[in-house]
Amino acid sequence: MMRFLARRILIEMPLSLLVIFTITFFIIRCAPGGPFSSEKNVPPQVLRELNRHYGLDKPLPVQYVTYLVSVVKGDLGPSFKYPGRNVSDLIAAAFPVSLELGVYALFIALAIGIPAGLFAASRAGTWFDYLVMAVSMGGICIPAFVLGPLLVLVFALLLGWLPVSGWMTPADRILPSVTLGVVYAAYIARLTRGSTLEVLVQEYIRTARAKGLREGAILFRHALRGALMPVISFLGPAAAGLVTGSFVIETIFAVPGLGRFFVTAAFNRDYTMIMGTVLFYVVIILVFNMLVDVGMAFLDPRLRTRT
Amino acid sequence: MNDRQNHTVFIVKMLFCIMACSMPFCRQSHTRVQQSILEKTLLIANQTEPQELDPHIVTGVPEFHILQALFEGLVIAEPQHLKPVPGIASSWEVTPDGLNWTFHLRTDARWSNGDTVRADDFRFSWQRILSPALGSEYAYMLFCIKGAEAFNKGELTDFSAVGVTVVNGSTLKVELCRPTPYFLSLLSHHSWFPVHPSTILKFGAIDARGTPWTRPENIVTDGAFTLEKWEVNKEITVVKNPLYYDSDRVALEKICFYPIENQQTEERAFRTGEVHITSGCPPTRIDWYRKNHPDLLRIDPYLGTYFYVLNVRKPPFDNPLVRRAFALSVDRRAIVKLIKGGETPAVSFTPPGTEGYTADSLIGFDTTEARRNLEAAGYGPGGKPFPPVELLYNTSETHHLLAQAVQQMWQQYLGAGVTLVNQEWKVYLTSKVNGDFSIARMGWIGDYRDPMNFLDMWLTGGGNNNSGWSDAGYDSLIAVAANSLGNEDRARAFRGAERILMDSLPIIPVYYYTNVYLIDPSVKGWYPNLLNLHNYKYVSLAAAGDNDR
Repeated sequence: MMRFLARRILIEMPLSLLVIFTITFFIIRCAPGGPFSSEKNVPPQVLRELNRHYGLDKPLPVQYVTYLVSVVKGDLGPSFKYPGRNVSDLIAAAFPVSLELGVYALFIALAIGIPAGLFAASRAGTWFDYLVMAVSMGGICIPAFVLGPLLVLVFALLLGWLPVSGWMTPADRILPSVTLGVVYAAYIARLTRGSTLEVLVQEYIRTARAKGLREGAILFRHALRGALMPVISFLGPAAAGLVTGSFVIETIFAVPGLGRFFVTAAFNRDYTMIMGTVLFYVVIILVFNMLVDVGMAFLDPRLRTRT
Repeated sequence: MNDRQNHTVFIVKMLFCIMACSMPFCRQSHTRVQQSILEKTLLIANQTEPQELDPHIVTGVPEFHILQALFEGLVIAEPQHLKPVPGIASSWEVTPDGLNWTFHLRTDARWSNGDTVRADDFRFSWQRILSPALGSEYAYMLFCIKGAEAFNKGELTDFSAVGVTVVNGSTLKVELCRPTPYFLSLLSHHSWFPVHPSTILKFGAIDARGTPWTRPENIVTDGAFTLEKWEVNKEITVVKNPLYYDSDRVALEKICFYPIENQQTEERAFRTGEVHITSGCPPTRIDWYRKNHPDLLRIDPYLGTYFYVLNVRKPPFDNPLVRRAFALSVDRRAIVKLIKGGETPAVSFTPPGTEGYTADSLIGFDTTEARRNLEAAGYGPGGKPFPPVELLYNTSETHHLLAQAVQQMWQQYLGAGVTLVNQEWKVYLTSKVNGDFSIARMGWIGDYRDPMNFLDMWLTGGGNNNSGWSDAGYDSLIAVAANSLGNEDRARAFRGAERILMDSLPIIPVYYYTNVYLIDPSVKGWYPNLLNLHNYKYVSLAAAGDNDR
């Protein structure tokens, strides 16, 4: 296991980062328009000075090497859109918000999704199973930009229980977390149900039943562990997506998270911000995938010997 | 009932109990808006996160709203009619030729750290914004000062040759390169605001860009408020500056600016009492407010024109008859009804309200004349088929709606097939600058209330003249206006120039903008004006029934 982790951390992760860094760096430079183009004409002398200030007057390979060296040293460079801010500072300010929102959403997703999937599987073919599956299908089909305003309409505008936007008080956290979490809960419920149904027909479950174990003990002690495998592999990229923010949720609820930077940086051609957010997302994805592999090995002894 | 059913019923009952018990705790007893009236705190939905708070770097409207609270220039705009009134300068004189201005600074004007605001600070600030290395996009606003343009372009390196002279600590002389009747109006624009020299130099050279001098812990301001908190994408808070020379007049204790980009979100925040003022109103909600809460909806005139620019460098729009045909077949009344924001159909390029000049009605809706022009150009029945052309606009619901409407009008009235092309913002800008279009959507918002701000755009080779249009007569009339001091001479020159522009029609003006937003009745002193310029020292909050200040 240690050798597997060392290979992942020392070889595979840096290599993946370098490849993605290179591809992203050159792709964004191919996009028409630049960071300083605006509706009002920018005079040539101003444009020249801005390009010089940010090093954009140098040949592209020189820019690539300079920026790569800077990133290796831990400096993601200044944002082109926000002149007084470093990309690292902007990410550092926004990530805790996205992380907090992501953790709440993940908790909601797991707290609803796993029990719902388990109970649906244990009552397969009953009205409860159909209800859970119908609701989860609804959760998957209804996009966040519909669900969010719907929840706002009911809980903020009609009932007046919760605020509609912002990130100041604990109450501000509820609607964005629920909106984000419910969609993932729906996926998790369906995954859990499917995998539990597969596990419940295994021979060791039949043996447990033959021994006279209670259904609850069979479900939670024996079936759950096996049924969680596909959920855990889903959770790797899902959790990475959750903790790095959602543009839609952050826009609907005016949450100061990282998600909006992914989109606005591209619109603004904020090259350093695009690089920063992409690299940050890649690191999170790689780390979460590694954690998933470790978690899977923990749950399944066969994988432990293979790795 | 078996065990399982009992269990389910129990869970459902528990859920209902929790919800019922939590209701009294969750229901908000009073809104933030109501609470903030007592605390004299104004809550503003300010569209987007500001790029910066450096008055010499920023270019956007949301930034200007915040800078208005933090800094003050030599003069300020009186809130109702935008007339220049004393700011940091208590008085001024101008020579009869309009070229030499002398400003007398008030002796009680202080920076937020206690330093006196001196004439040298203005000289330093203007040198800073004009420094080529700073790369300020608004440096051109100071080009009316003698030598300023040459200094900004690097042709002049000695700032003492630029027409800004410090006579003494409280007297500043400015020499202009041409008479500029709107000079005083320019001075309330953020590009003319002073910055605190030693704070700037503490974090870098005079022309260093992107230093942290604007952080709350570093910034020194001379306006009615100082910066207390700046949390990216969350909130910017400014608090009353006790050292401000006119602090007795400032009624607000605090202003919170929230960067809410989504119009639907800010409208919901307004509805639930989270903000006093929004930056806009979703078009789909305008009718609802008109019908149910007209007291909350504001539709103010705004100094801007929405138009289509025609590429005169290539056929078919190289022919003025075709351009006229297209311009005459746009039913502007139908369009403004469609977008619902109280906009006015455009009859010329310069919107109403500029100082000393009102454009004549030069373009209308006349389909018969339009068809006649198109036939005279050789298109239509008996002539050539009209070639395929494209209408370019940046991706946006409103632009799309308008593009569809004019596409249908041109098809219906001229039989001209126009393909709609929408592009992402930066791609669209690139296409526009490269002349890679036949018709393109554009909008122009004035920075100051002078027709020059609109009409010098169409000078030959002008940076914003994307049409490729050129007319020597037009250029000479704009030059006459630029060098005239008398209002009548200027107005005559502008009138002549605008007539040439509207005869040749490299553009199709569609409507004059309005500023549509929502405002809580507790906000007093927030007057409608053409530049959406609101000096917070005139703004106050009063609960229902209280008198206006």
